[in-house]
Amino acid sequence: MEFGLSEDQRLMQDSVRRTLEKVSSLDRVRKAAEAKEAKATDVWHALVELGVPGLLIDEEFGGMGLQLLDAALIAEMLGRFVAPVPFVASAVMAPIAIAALGSPTQKEAWLPKLASGEIVAGVAIAERSSGARESAGVTASGGKLTGKTLFVMDFGAADIFVVGDNKGGLHIVKADAKGLTKVALTSIDLTSSVGELQFDNVEASALASGDAKAGLQRVLDAGRIMLAADTLGAGWMMIDKAVDYSKERKQFGRVIGSFQAVKHLCAEMASEIEPGRSLIWYAAYAFDHMPDEAPLMAAHAKSFMGDVGRFVARTATEVHGGMGFTDLLGLHYWFKRIGLARQLLGSPERARNDAARLQGWVA
Amino acid sequence: MDLNYSPQYEAFRAEVREFLKTHSKSAPGGFGVSRPGGNVLAWQKLLIAHGYAARTIPKEYGGFGAEPDILKSRIIAEEFAAAKVPMGMASQGISMFVPTLLEMGTEEQKQKYIKPTLNGEIIWCQGYSEPGSGSDLASLQTKATEDGDDFIINGQKIWTSTAKQSDMIFCLVRTEPDAPKHEGISYLIFSMKTPGIEVRPLVTMTGHAEFNEVFFTDVRVPKTQIVGARGQGWFVANATLKHERGMLGDPNQAGARLREIIDLMHKETLDGERLIDNPLFRDRLVQLQSRVLAMQFHGLRLLTASAKKEDAGLARLIVKLQGCEINHQLAALAIDALGELGVLYGDSPHLRAYGSWQHRYMFDLGLIIGGGTAQIQKNIISERGLNMPREPKTVKA
Repeated sequence: MEFGLSEDQRLMQDSVRRTLEKVSSLDRVRKAAEAKEAKATDVWHALVELGVPGLLIDEEFGGMGLQLLDAALIAEMLGRFVAPVPFVASAVMAPIAIAALGSPTQKEAWLPKLASGEIVAGVAIAERSSGARESAGVTASGGKLTGKTLFVMDFGAADIFVVGDNKGGLHIVKADAKGLTKVALTSIDLTSSVGELQFDNVEASALASGDAKAGLQRVLDAGRIMLAADTLGAGWMMIDKAVDYSKERKQFGRVIGSFQAVKHLCAEMASEIEPGRSLIWYAAYAFDHMPDEAPLMAAHAKSFMGDVGRFVARTATEVHGGMGFTDLLGLHYWFKRIGLARQLLGSPERARNDAARLQGWVA
Repeated sequence: MDLNYSPQYEAFRAEVREFLKTHSKSAPGGFGVSRPGGNVLAWQKLLIAHGYAARTIPKEYGGFGAEPDILKSRIIAEEFAAAKVPMGMASQGISMFVPTLLEMGTEEQKQKYIKPTLNGEIIWCQGYSEPGSGSDLASLQTKATEDGDDFIINGQKIWTSTAKQSDMIFCLVRTEPDAPKHEGISYLIFSMKTPGIEVRPLVTMTGHAEFNEVFFTDVRVPKTQIVGARGQGWFVANATLKHERGMLGDPNQAGARLREIIDLMHKETLDGERLIDNPLFRDRLVQLQSRVLAMQFHGLRLLTASAKKEDAGLARLIVKLQGCEINHQLAALAIDALGELGVLYGDSPHLRAYGSWQHRYMFDLGLIIGGGTAQIQKNIISERGLNMPREPKTVKA
């Protein structure tokens, strides 16, 4: 019985941390956000060097064949440095969808290219995870898709999309397919790219080799665990920044970090967020080793971190006082990253309803 | 990460199960607040003989003498909980005084006190808090003045649970009135039957006297009854407080409470509809389930860190604050879900669960305050966990 990270996992997470510290500085993030770069090329290349896009892809397709816990450790670092690059959809959800439900030909066609970072994949399952709004929905018929889907993740830089239809089936659509209209959505978080896809009889290749329902659930669970981990990283960065700031900023002749009013806010943030790390580790471990538990644990991790994330984001901003409210300090990139992750793939209320349903508590 | 137990541990688990199958019929129903009876003492002896209580206490002092193995301890706890069989006694004497004596006591003290304490023959109470010294415990004023080979003790203690049925007290007293506050305290142990001791029950908001006040008037205690050096009592006591903080906020207790509420929400109805079918209460239930699970996994993480002798740092410091708060919120949910029925108490008709949800809701508030208040916990978390500066000392007028 060992509930903790291996030495290899610690080293891997540390190397991603050191890389992102260099390449995903606040200045770089700001530049990417202002230019609405969906994939900050230099940051992306640094991650490709480390093998991040192929993390979960089998070695036979050129990936590293690692597990979801490893991906969660990287997601945490990407959140910590609000890295403006594709990951949750492209490196986690899409490879899992293709590996679980793809034919040998589909796997051969897409997994090596995703693993090498040559292409990026977006994932469109918002209507299947959060519910349909704005009359969104995709109908599949005769290998063609019609309708529209919102809140497509890793949208802007995607070369292919994994799209969920109204019946829970998944399809691969090329970004340049005829009849496909891409509409970028502007969210508060300019370090992540989301958008809308409109289909007018668009050619799609169905991911149909396997249990579609179970496959979609796996994709959703993995995505939820990644968003939770992203918030863990972003949240801790905000706490670290708040603590550092409170030790420098002086008022009434003292550093504000010596006032209990400020210390207690920091202690509350730390003690609320830290148990989330264990919940994420457990959910990610369950994904690979106790798959029956994964849907429930993913729903718990997502809702827990959604709520804690919101608390940390506002409280860390308050600790920074007026400076926290400015654009200059850039703290708002973390605030907004946490805000987006909370709503994607099911807000806390939605995820908790899923958790209740999974336990047979919804009549 | 590997949540499986190795074959060695699975074999140990089988051993524990076998023991429980054979012996659980002789287990007492539970441990009340009164003095342990014959069946409790017999059960305690049986558990020690098999290594399920006093497991790592050396044999020479009446323990089982096993090497510390945190996983085996966990397996024992898991199996006893699953079988709903009470573990060994967890009195303040066993969980706080014995570890302190092992660390700081003289050989003679260990020989004299540990074995009968483990066996439940000597019951202890803790004399730390005073009316004027709660969070600032080191400011305590109960004084011990020298008189030949004895100390004469005068003063008052408060929040002394089990004082009425205790044989002995481990007590902090000021022996060096002129020394700085942390350096003037000594840790004394003496009989509760010593002349000059008066115990008064302290009724709390729950309506029960879970605690007592203890008054000392010219209580004569031989100087040999000191643990550790004179004036070093604060540091001796801190070894004990470390053991107490570990006992508060146990996530498995919250897990058991959560299961009770799940059960309650399936059985109780409102307008003919089960409470679990009410989306608002259900949302609160799942929200608390997330927090309980997070703390249970957090507990596994701390267990692994302990087994590897790693310092878990901040992760360990948050347990009391989080654990007590979650327990309190669980009780609040049960009360809210029961509506007006949730406020019934005492011996009222329509009472649910013997009124225990209200009792727990109130008593838990006591636990949030006791053993280091939530605010003191936050000071500790920010200072030791986040390296934030201490509050500047105010200058005395």
